[in-house]
Amino acid sequence: MGDHHHGPAKGLSRWLFTTNHKDIGTMYLWFSFAMFILGGAFAMIIRAELFQPGLQLVEPAFFNQMTTMHGLVMVFGAIMPSFVGLANWLIPMMIGAPDMALPRMNNWSFWILPPTFLLLASTLFMEGGAPAAGWTFYAPLSTTYAAPSVTYFIFCVHVLGLSSIMGSINIIATVMNMRAPGMTYMKMPLFVWTWLITAFLLVAVMPVLAGAVTMMLMDVHFGTSFFSAAGGGDPVLFQHVFWFFGHPEVYIIILPAFGVVSQIIPAFSRKPLFGYDSMVYATASIAFLSFIVWAHHMFTVGMPVAGELFFMYATMLIAVPTGVKVFNWVTTMWRGSLSFETPMLFSIGFLVLFTIGGFTGLMLSIAPADFQYHDSYFVVAHFHYVMVAGAVFSMSAAVYFWLPKWCGRMYNETMGKTHFWISFIGFNLAFFPQHFVGLAGMPRRIPDYALQFADFNMMSSIGAFIYGLSQILFLYNVIATIVAGKRVSEPKVWDGAEGLEWTIPTPAPYHTFEVPPAVK
Amino acid sequence: MCFEAKRLLKLALGPVLMLISVAALAAGGGVNEVNMPPGVTEVGARIYDLHMLILGICTVIGLGVFGVMFYSIIYHRKSKGAVASHFHESTKVEIAWTVVPFLILIGMAVPATSTLLEIYDHDDSELDILVTGYQWKWKYEYINADGDNVSFFSNLRTPQTEIHNTQPKGEHYLLEVDEPMVIPVNTKVRFLITGNDVIHSWWVPELAVKRDAIPGFINETWTRAETVGVYRGQCAELCGKDHGFMPIVVNVVSKEEYRQWMDEKQVEAAAIKELMAQTFTLDQLMERGEAVYARACLACHGANGEGGVGKAIAGSAIATGDVGVHLDVGINGVPGTAMQAFGGQLNDVDMAAVITYQRNAFGNNMGEMVQPIDVYNHKKG
Repeated sequence: MGDHHHGPAKGLSRWLFTTNHKDIGTMYLWFSFAMFILGGAFAMIIRAELFQPGLQLVEPAFFNQMTTMHGLVMVFGAIMPSFVGLANWLIPMMIGAPDMALPRMNNWSFWILPPTFLLLASTLFMEGGAPAAGWTFYAPLSTTYAAPSVTYFIFCVHVLGLSSIMGSINIIATVMNMRAPGMTYMKMPLFVWTWLITAFLLVAVMPVLAGAVTMMLMDVHFGTSFFSAAGGGDPVLFQHVFWFFGHPEVYIIILPAFGVVSQIIPAFSRKPLFGYDSMVYATASIAFLSFIVWAHHMFTVGMPVAGELFFMYATMLIAVPTGVKVFNWVTTMWRGSLSFETPMLFSIGFLVLFTIGGFTGLMLSIAPADFQYHDSYFVVAHFHYVMVAGAVFSMSAAVYFWLPKWCGRMYNETMGKTHFWISFIGFNLAFFPQHFVGLAGMPRRIPDYALQFADFNMMSSIGAFIYGLSQILFLYNVIATIVAGKRVSEPKVWDGAEGLEWTIPTPAPYHTFEVPPAVK
Repeated sequence: MCFEAKRLLKLALGPVLMLISVAALAAGGGVNEVNMPPGVTEVGARIYDLHMLILGICTVIGLGVFGVMFYSIIYHRKSKGAVASHFHESTKVEIAWTVVPFLILIGMAVPATSTLLEIYDHDDSELDILVTGYQWKWKYEYINADGDNVSFFSNLRTPQTEIHNTQPKGEHYLLEVDEPMVIPVNTKVRFLITGNDVIHSWWVPELAVKRDAIPGFINETWTRAETVGVYRGQCAELCGKDHGFMPIVVNVVSKEEYRQWMDEKQVEAAAIKELMAQTFTLDQLMERGEAVYARACLACHGANGEGGVGKAIAGSAIATGDVGVHLDVGINGVPGTAMQAFGGQLNDVDMAAVITYQRNAFGNNMGEMVQPIDVYNHKKG
């Protein structure tokens, strides 16, 4: 027991061999930010090409590689790992555990990520280019008609799934076994709850994705015909399997974001979260419903009318628990004592824009109307309101909220607020006009467009550049904080924050809760 | 009060500016549509009404929720001395905001269901058209109606020079084809939709039709256009390199005009049949072949036969080798690659011309000709 209080190892080996949840959390966060910049660079190329009608910068084949890689890198490289990083840092500190339950696996689940994304990015330089069938990679465009790099892509997806499953098992094991005495399930912070449910979703659906890409591998190399009608298979089967993974995946991305804002809004309202129990039940309901709505992504594939009706009704139902969440957050703010530091601004931004994304989601659930919306820019606008203003805004909020606890230094508030306002304006300028062009008939994933869409596309590109540049300010602010921010030392950095992580010293020591705290 | 007024003004300014800019754009250009078109069909109008209904409900709920939130933001702020209450649960309220939205959803589901059932009523069509998606063009086959069997491909007509910005763009840039689909007004037209290679999706917003074109399966959908006009759409499912360059144009014409068009197509088909029996000179074949090449080969093999998605034709072993092999590749394609079987896409005259063109253009200079009869014989084996 004597050497339990040692600090981190020195040099590179600290990071390579670490089993410390804080180190691993830090690596996840930096890695995901690097991927966010890479995926963002792809998006900038897309928006630069779409700045004007006509082909200016890239050829259509490369454009398709950009849209595909942008989606893959953002979903699997930026958003998912960022929340895993947050989970690593926070879950042990929130439930009073000394570390994650399976620390060596934790190290492994992080370290297989960087080589995987290196491999995925290297496909850009292969003959025939990177995968170009969209992040949803529908067969047979992704099999019979794909570039040879598809095999590398399949391998990458397998390894990413492995990483996610290991990370999820770790979170489940930690939450179930390592809570401090007295930390009952219904006392856990909502962030822990949302991650517990997310982890179960991941364990359930990542193997399904692995199955889908394995069938692709067989079709490409071993002469099977899972997705080819000519050999007795069915291209639509791919879509069913993919979306059985893909729809829960959407909630895998957004549930931890719900958890984050459920911690931050009460803190800056100086008032407990309204309807904690109903928030837990709503999260569980959303998770359950996420398994039975997958074919709403496929209303136009020609399902029988009974199927259309089932998936339409089930999808509409999701509005109920989602509504409950929004109402609870707003009621938490009601008659609070509000202040608007950067984390709160990003949380309110989340609340407003995610709600708009939820409304357009409800519109998309209406099957007959979806015949017009489907695969148009309306859909692109919808899911960016949910993914960017939902997941990424909440992630920014989380970094500003917990960074002082992590490094014992306060970020520059003015710069933080500036980051928020530039992001908010840039984001809306980029994505709000996309609703219009989508409704007016512009399909998604096209490198060039008809002249009536020109003005809104130019607006959209300008907004995207503004949003992209604002992230450099974010990076600068974070580095400046870590290097030279004003020191803070009180355990409770924010006066309204509640939870075990605010009872330990600031900055959080390398080892915390070696003796479990008492939870009343 | 002055403080609040200023703050409200600031808050209101953002959306107002956005609305003004939208309005200005709509008025200025006159081409910026910001909403779904109601279209020219009854189904389209019903979908539009549904869309506006849900949008309206969402807007009202959104204004309510955001209204409460912004009231809190303005009046319950710490800097104004607001003291936090400590209430944090109410089962009654939770039940209320679970049940009320549920009832609203039922109100939305009723019209949505009836519209969906109408869309799925494919019976009693007066005209059937088989629509096949190819990389990257559409094929239309009129398959019933008293032996009026007409079939043709519909290709993008916008020249590469406009796409690559060396020439000003025309009014219908990227939304124009060499040969549009023609259908009669006030007629229930059933579309049977399938794909030849990958999945495409046939979408014409104003006809309120979007259905995936899936290789190996045939999807059904229908429309009944009530107004004569030209309606434009695009492929809606990512289908590879030129997904953005396979538009759809549908001419809705009066029943008389439709009859006339159909008769002309029959005459045209008869003329092609006659041409097939003729022998052409090299110049004739080269002239025709160049046009066919631009339509059918250029997208993959390049303007100068330099290759791209497809292999190079300039100096290639196939184009400068045995004619039989060249014909075989052209007619039957190369299975497992992007090279399609063009035997069913080009008539024998066009096939003969384009093979001749490939063997004599791009510095290949083989000096030999392929006649329609050669193509015919090759197909017969």
